[in-house]
Amino acid sequence: MDSNKKRDLAASVILIALLFLIITVLEQLLPKTSMIFTVLKKGSIYALVAVSMNLLNGFTGLFSLGQAGFMLLGAYTYGILTIPVSARAAVYQYYNGGIVQFALPVFAAILLAGVVAAFFAYLIGLPVLHLKSDYLAIATLGFAEIIRAIFQWDKIGALTNGSNLLRKFPIFHSTLFPFAVSAVCIGIIVLLINSTYGRAFKAIRDDEVAAEAMGINLAHHKRLAFTISSFFAGISGALLAMFQTTVQASQFKSAMTYEILLIVVIGGVGSITGSCISSFLFVACSEWWLRFLDNSDTFIGSIHLSMLRPGFRKVVFSVVIMAIVLLYQKGIMGDKEFSISKIREKLKKKKAEDE
Amino acid sequence: MGFFQTNLPYLLAGISTGGQYALIAIGYTMVYGILRLINFAHGDVFMCAALMVIYSASFLPLYISVPLAIIATALLGFAIERVAYKPLRTAPRMSAMISAIGMSYLLQNLALYVTGGLTKYYPPIPYISDSIEIFGAMTKRVTVITPIVTVVLIFALVSIIKYTKIGIAMRAVSRDFETAQLMGVRINSVISATFVIGSLLAAVGSTLFFSNYTGVTPTVGGMPGLKAFVAAVFGGIGSIPGAVIGAFIIGICENLIKGLGWTTFSDAFTFVLLIIVLMFMPTGLFGEKTIDRV
Amino acid sequence: MKKNLFVMLVLFLATALIFVSCSKSSESSSDAKVVKIGVYEPASGDNGAGGKQETLGVQYANYLTPTVTINGEEYKVELVIVDNESSNDKAVTAASELVSKGVSLVLGSYGSGVSIAGGDTFANAEVPAIGITCTNPQVTLGNDWYYRICFLDPFQGTVLANYAKDTFGAKKAYALAKLGDDYSVGLCNYFKKAFEGLGGEVIYETFPEGTSDFAAYVANAKNNGCDVFYSPVSIEAAALIIEQANTQGLKMPILAGDTWDSNVVLGAAKGTNVQISVTTFFVEGSTDSQVTEFVDGFKSYLASNSTALTNNGGNDEIAAVTAMGFDAYYVALEALKAAGSTKGSDIQKILPNVTYKGVSGDIAFDENGDAIRDVAYVKKVDNATGKWQFVSVQSVK
Repeated sequence: MDSNKKRDLAASVILIALLFLIITVLEQLLPKTSMIFTVLKKGSIYALVAVSMNLLNGFTGLFSLGQAGFMLLGAYTYGILTIPVSARAAVYQYYNGGIVQFALPVFAAILLAGVVAAFFAYLIGLPVLHLKSDYLAIATLGFAEIIRAIFQWDKIGALTNGSNLLRKFPIFHSTLFPFAVSAVCIGIIVLLINSTYGRAFKAIRDDEVAAEAMGINLAHHKRLAFTISSFFAGISGALLAMFQTTVQASQFKSAMTYEILLIVVIGGVGSITGSCISSFLFVACSEWWLRFLDNSDTFIGSIHLSMLRPGFRKVVFSVVIMAIVLLYQKGIMGDKEFSISKIREKLKKKKAEDE
Repeated sequence: MGFFQTNLPYLLAGISTGGQYALIAIGYTMVYGILRLINFAHGDVFMCAALMVIYSASFLPLYISVPLAIIATALLGFAIERVAYKPLRTAPRMSAMISAIGMSYLLQNLALYVTGGLTKYYPPIPYISDSIEIFGAMTKRVTVITPIVTVVLIFALVSIIKYTKIGIAMRAVSRDFETAQLMGVRINSVISATFVIGSLLAAVGSTLFFSNYTGVTPTVGGMPGLKAFVAAVFGGIGSIPGAVIGAFIIGICENLIKGLGWTTFSDAFTFVLLIIVLMFMPTGLFGEKTIDRV
Repeated sequence: MKKNLFVMLVLFLATALIFVSCSKSSESSSDAKVVKIGVYEPASGDNGAGGKQETLGVQYANYLTPTVTINGEEYKVELVIVDNESSNDKAVTAASELVSKGVSLVLGSYGSGVSIAGGDTFANAEVPAIGITCTNPQVTLGNDWYYRICFLDPFQGTVLANYAKDTFGAKKAYALAKLGDDYSVGLCNYFKKAFEGLGGEVIYETFPEGTSDFAAYVANAKNNGCDVFYSPVSIEAAALIIEQANTQGLKMPILAGDTWDSNVVLGAAKGTNVQISVTTFFVEGSTDSQVTEFVDGFKSYLASNSTALTNNGGNDEIAAVTAMGFDAYYVALEALKAAGSTKGSDIQKILPNVTYKGVSGDIAFDENGDAIRDVAYVKKVDNATGKWQFVSVQSVK
């Protein structure tokens, strides 16, 4: 078993290295405006936030719908702290250049984005974490909405630029950047899940009463999971801001949280690899592969498909999602992880059966 | 008098939105009472009802198209339950809720496809869409009609729940799902009835709401839906009078806040209220003390 | 059974992929030389109706002039239309889709927010963009790749502030913007600055996205004793505001910017007592032959094309944005001809020198890439007929 684990670890390291290599090669070969890079960038960002949500929903059993709010905090923290001083007068045009008159280096700002989100999560967690499943969901959803309203308030516009766009902050150009950040963050989450804390989280998910009886401090562990999850949501928010090149509070609606939740469900609640795979699939389907459905000039042979027109893509997409939710409740991966040794075992078994 | 004069328009707007929220909130509270499910698609059912009226009114007279749309909405509610929730009856609660979110996503996208993403305008309904004057404040007649319709419907509903067989079954199921099943209550028909009633009321609410505020977009159901849910929580989930009172309070407060110039926070206020309620009285105004069902 | 369904799902996705590749190959198979122009406009969401009308202008121009001669070679102009959904977060993906399809330059958008949001994507990909009716200064400021053919909000706000003061003798104005919408928030800010500069007072409020209940806002304007109601918001909200103003018997005039120059507004105001005045780029009533030709031609185009008629809101009232879209297309052709190339960077180099006389007036760019325009037309609604009435030509004093 132990050797299996080691082999798995080595295999995943090789796989990840291979992935990075492929992306590097792709970036050299394809024009950098190709849609595949958009999908890969956005997919890697969504993978991080989906994994962070999975840490709560899948591993700790806390049904939180506040992810968009924490992403907003991260994105704004990053944006506010990194806009070059020379560009501030233009960005904060209605607020005389704003009150923040310095710019931090990118990595410090990304880290701070996580910290700010985690700090708010800690504060929010104090009153709401003792609530039960769907009450917790609706309370966190409410908090995300409140945060959104506060960030749009023109009275604190000198800090947040009110309801106007934040822009001109440093962005990334290579697909490798969000991949690397996401990979490191997801790696940390995996380590956490495999630690004693992770086991405590799973115990809480499986049975709160029993977990408490075993001496797990419920309030402490729940708060910890909530804060950590929000930390990574904040970081992915910062990455999303970099990806979009502009950021505005009004986009962090509950619809965004629902999208992330659907990614988690499609990937399999409680599976990290599932969340990663499904976030790429989700982004690719919604942004790229299904686009032709919106094009009213698509023909099959000579038949003009009159039902294809803008919006059809989303209908098809949501039907597919409903089908997955209803028929494959476990999602792509269930609660299992992708691992080389398991595949090998399966193959061996199959071979044995065939013989 | 001056103070009254100034604030009357907000109060009137508040009462009418409150009544409309109340009609949506009942659907939430009844479904939650029986299935312990936040039916996220309910707000979108409300939106679909409006679209049905708009499209059917283009070739039918209003006195046919409105009742037709209300019946169609009830069928929609029934269908949603059969398709999206029934297969998940034994699954964990979270699955059903995710299915509800998926359903809401589907309905919104269907509406987006059908409308082409443009706002559709509700046909003016004679009499109830007319302007009237109350103590110097101008408003539509629907503002006055809404609370009356709401109260009448709620009395009807309460008597159904109190005295009819299906009502008794509903109460039994919401008290104890499994025991009721053992006692021979036909769970599926009770649940279907709940969805049909909830959607009917949402459709009536939608007629009143959009006669007043005529723009229908695919996402228009989202906010009223969430607010109605908050109203249901505020009144104590499962309690019909509670949901109605909660809805009126939210509707009125929201409009008064707008009147005070805090328009940015008119939506956020609802959620502040929700969190306060959840923290200090988790069972709401009239909720039963929760029995923790392990 | 589940397995079968899964197989079906996979098959479905596979066919989807095949389609994508098919549609791509069919594009490249045509042998005539093609130059692609991106049309970056909303077709859904808050600004959907306006975006569709603007796109119509471009499409009509493309219908009249489907080819362009670049360096002696004839190119077929292909319009690549994407929907930016009037939303700043969808805008970036829509912009990158245009870029990935290899457009030479981009026209659009209606609504400044999406233009600002997408602007950096175009700049990074070195694709020049010509804004049609995005009036916020931020669109071109600090972005060398964005140009525009319309006037700017500081100008428009000032014109309206002067108009409110001179024509209505207003002392107190109520300004209503949509939260998170750069266009209306910006315009309200410039109006406020100008109106306060004239000695007036402004009550400024915002409404959150998805609002359909404007009763409280109209009541606020009344209760504060304002003289004019200034709300340069999207036309979707406009229809609801007019409806509510009519319900509450609002007596003060409503002023708005270029977005309200639309038949949706006309439809909502017809038969009511709500007075509405707007500033805009274009008036139908001109006797200039170029304008009358455009007006007549476009109307017969609408009559012959039912999809276009639906996109125009079901009647043949010409919106200013359509005329602007029409002009923008020809500016783009001029730029392609002058650059002698379909490469974005070549076009960008030549754009500052491009001039064109369009149906909405003379178009030339200043050093920021903004159009040099110093007049705006003021129109008001004739409530009885549901048509626009020309009021005056305004410029800043």
